Amino acid sequence: MTTPVPAAGPPLLEVRGIGKYFGSVIALKDVSTVVRAGEVTCVLGDNGAGKSTFIKLLSGVFQPDEGELVLNGEPVTFGTPRQSLDAGIATVFQDLAMIPLLAIWRNFFLGSEPTKGRGPFRRFDSDTAKRITRRELAAMGIDIRDPDQPVGTLSGGERQSVAIARAVHFGAKLLILDEPTSALGVKQAGVVLRYIVQARDRGLGVVFITHNPHHAYPVGDRFLLLKRGRSLGDFGKDEISLDELTRLMAGGAELEALGHELAREGGPAADVARALAADRDGATDPTDPTDPTDRSVGAPPAGARAAGPAPGGPADRR
Amino acid sequence: MTAVGAEAPIDERIARVGALRRLLLKPELGSLLGALVVFVFFAALSDVFRSGSGIANWLDPASTLGIVAVAVALLMIGGEFDLSAGVMVGTTGLTTGMLSTYYGWNLWAAIVTSLLLALAIGFANGYLVVRTGLPSFIITLGTFLMLQGLNLGVTKLVTDTVQVGAIEQTTGYEAARTIFASTVTVAGTSFQIAILWWLLATAVGSYVLLRTRFGNWTFAIGGDAPAARNVGVPARRTTITLFMTVSAAAWLVGTIQAVRLTSVQANTGIGLELTYIVAAVIGGCLLTGGYGSVIGASLGALIFGMTSQGIVYAGWDADWFRFFLGAMLLLAVLANQFVRRYAEQTRR
Ligand SMILES: Nc1ncnc2c1ncn2[C@@H]1O[C@H](COP(=O)(O)OP(=O)(O)OP(=O)(O)O)[C@@H](O)[C@H]1O
Ligand SMILES: [Mg+2]
Repeated sequence: MTTPVPAAGPPLLEVRGIGKYFGSVIALKDVSTVVRAGEVTCVLGDNGAGKSTFIKLLSGVFQPDEGELVLNGEPVTFGTPRQSLDAGIATVFQDLAMIPLLAIWRNFFLGSEPTKGRGPFRRFDSDTAKRITRRELAAMGIDIRDPDQPVGTLSGGERQSVAIARAVHFGAKLLILDEPTSALGVKQAGVVLRYIVQARDRGLGVVFITHNPHHAYPVGDRFLLLKRGRSLGDFGKDEISLDELTRLMAGGAELEALGHELAREGGPAADVARALAADRDGATDPTDPTDPTDRSVGAPPAGARAAGPAPGGPADRR
Repeated sequence: MTAVGAEAPIDERIARVGALRRLLLKPELGSLLGALVVFVFFAALSDVFRSGSGIANWLDPASTLGIVAVAVALLMIGGEFDLSAGVMVGTTGLTTGMLSTYYGWNLWAAIVTSLLLALAIGFANGYLVVRTGLPSFIITLGTFLMLQGLNLGVTKLVTDTVQVGAIEQTTGYEAARTIFASTVTVAGTSFQIAILWWLLATAVGSYVLLRTRFGNWTFAIGGDAPAARNVGVPARRTTITLFMTVSAAAWLVGTIQAVRLTSVQANTGIGLELTYIVAAVIGGCLLTGGYGSVIGASLGALIFGMTSQGIVYAGWDADWFRFFLGAMLLLAVLANQFVRRYAEQTRR
C-alpha cells in the first residue's frame, strides 16, 4: 500500500501491513498508516479493536509478526522499549507504566535519569529531577504538593497527567498517547488536546488513540479506524467529516439504536437518549434500529483508501 | 509547598498530612525503634551488655549477618529472593580453604577464585530467573539444595572429613588476615574489622539504592517489572546484577569467617538464608518487592546481634532467642502491611 507523499520527503513513520498474533488470537492484521512530522494521526476503534497492540508495536513492547516499520525512510525494528525511546519515540501507555510506591519525580525520570558526577560518583541528579518534574506538571495545570509523594497516592487523573507530562518531556520526534484523556476532567482533557497541538506545531509527529471522535477530529490530520484487529480505513482529514467518523466508529450506529431503545422506555431513560442524540451531534441520518451493526462498517466514504479486502465485512470476521 | 491567597489553610492541612505520611513512609522507622527498644531492654538487664567489650561482642554477629542482609534487602526491593545466600557463605569459604590448603594455592588466588565462583552462581541464579520467569524462590531453592549437597560431598571427597582446616599455614595468610580478620582497638576495646566492612556495605548499598540510577531501577523492577521495562529500564540486567551482588556479599562473609577461624565446616551458612530475609523484612522490605531500606536491613541485623548476645548476658536460656525473633518479625510485618496500605491507597 502506498501513500501519496507530498514534496516534503519521507514521512516520519510509516507502518506497512503490520500484524501481531498472540497464539491463535489475531490481535492485529494488515494495518497501515503514516505519521508525518507536524501532524497528528488518530487511531480510533472499539474496545479490543487492537489499538493498544498497535501502539505497543510502535513503542517496542511487542515485535510485529508481519509487516514493517519505516522511520525516516529507514526500516527499523524495536527489540525493546529502550530502542524505541532512543529513536525519539515516547509513549503514554494505557496503564500508564508508573510504579505506585515510587515518588513522582522518580517515576517521571524512570529509565532516563539525569546524572551528575563521574565514574563511581555518577549519581541520579535528584535536584534537577524534582525541579523539572514540578515545572512540567505545573505547565499541565497540576500543582503537586510534594514531588516525593508516591504515585500510588495520586488520583487517577493526576497519575495520567504525570505520565503525559513525562512523555511530552521525553518525546523528541514522535509522541504516542493511548487514551490519554480517559480519566481526565474537562479542563485537563483540554490541556492534553492543547499539548497535542503544541507538540504538532513543534514539528513532532503524534499518534493519538481515543474513543472520542469529538476529541480526535479537531486535532487529527489522519484517522486510522480499527475494528477487531483489522483496518477499516486510513483517512486524511479532507476525506472524512466528523459525522462520518462518528458513524464509522464502531458504536456510532449502536449508540443510535440504543437511543431509540431508551427513548421508548420514557422517563429518565429518555433524558439519556436525548443526551446520546446530542452527543452524536450532526449524525442525523435515520438508521434502522433492527440492523445496527453492519451499518457502521458497510459503506466507508468514497475517500477511504483501500484497506484490505472487504474491510470489516461479515465474511472477514473471526 | 507555597500556598496562594485564600487557599492557604487548606494547603497547610495538606502539608501537615504530607509530613506525617513521609515520616511513616520511612521504611527503616520501625527497625530503628525496634533496635532502640532492644538495646534499652538488655542494657537495663545487664552491665556487660552495655560495656565496651559487650558492645564489641554483639556488633560482631550483627556485622556478618548485616553484610549479606544489605545485599539481600537490595534483591528483595528488586522483587526477588535468594535462598542460596546462606549456603554460599559456606561454598565460598570451603572453596577458598580447599584450594589454599589441599591444592597449595596462594590464599589470595583462592580468595579471588571463590569470588569468581560466587559471581558465576549469582549470575546463574539471576539468568534462570529472568529467562524462565519462574519465582526466584523456587530457582534459588534448587541452587540452595545443590550447593548444600556439593559443600558436603566435595569436602568429604577431598578431605575425607566434613571440614577444611589449617588455613593459617597458607601463603598470603598474614595479609589476608589484616584485611578480613584483624581487630581495631577503639577506647581500649578491640572490635572485629568485619564491623567496618558491614558499615561500608551499608553505606555503599544505601547510596546505590537512593542516589543512583541503578537504585531507581531496583525499586522500579520490584514495584512493577513490565511497567519499568516499558519506560526503558534494563530490567533483566538489573535483576542479574542484584543476584550477583548477593553472591559477592556471601563471598565476603565466607572469606572473613574462613580467615578468622582458619577452618570451615561443610555445613556453614545453612539456615542463614532465612535469617537474612528476616533482617531485611524487619528493616522494612516488603516481601512483594518495590519497597524497603538498606539501613533498615542493617538495623534488623543489629537487632539480631543484640538479641543473640543479650539473652546470654541476661543469663537466660538461649532458646528464647528464637521466640524473640519470631515476635520481632511478626511485629515488623504487621507494621509494613499498614505502611503499604497507606502508601498504595489509590483512588481509581
Ligand atoms: N498479551 C496478549 N495476549 C493475548 N491476547 C492479547 C494480548 N494483548 C492483547 N490481546 C488481545 O488483542 C486484542 C486487542 O487488544 P488491545 O488491548 O489492543 O485493544 P484496544 O483496542 O486497546 O482496546 P481498549 O479500547 O479496551 O483499550 C484483544 O482481543 C486482546 O484480548
Ligand atoms: Mg487499549
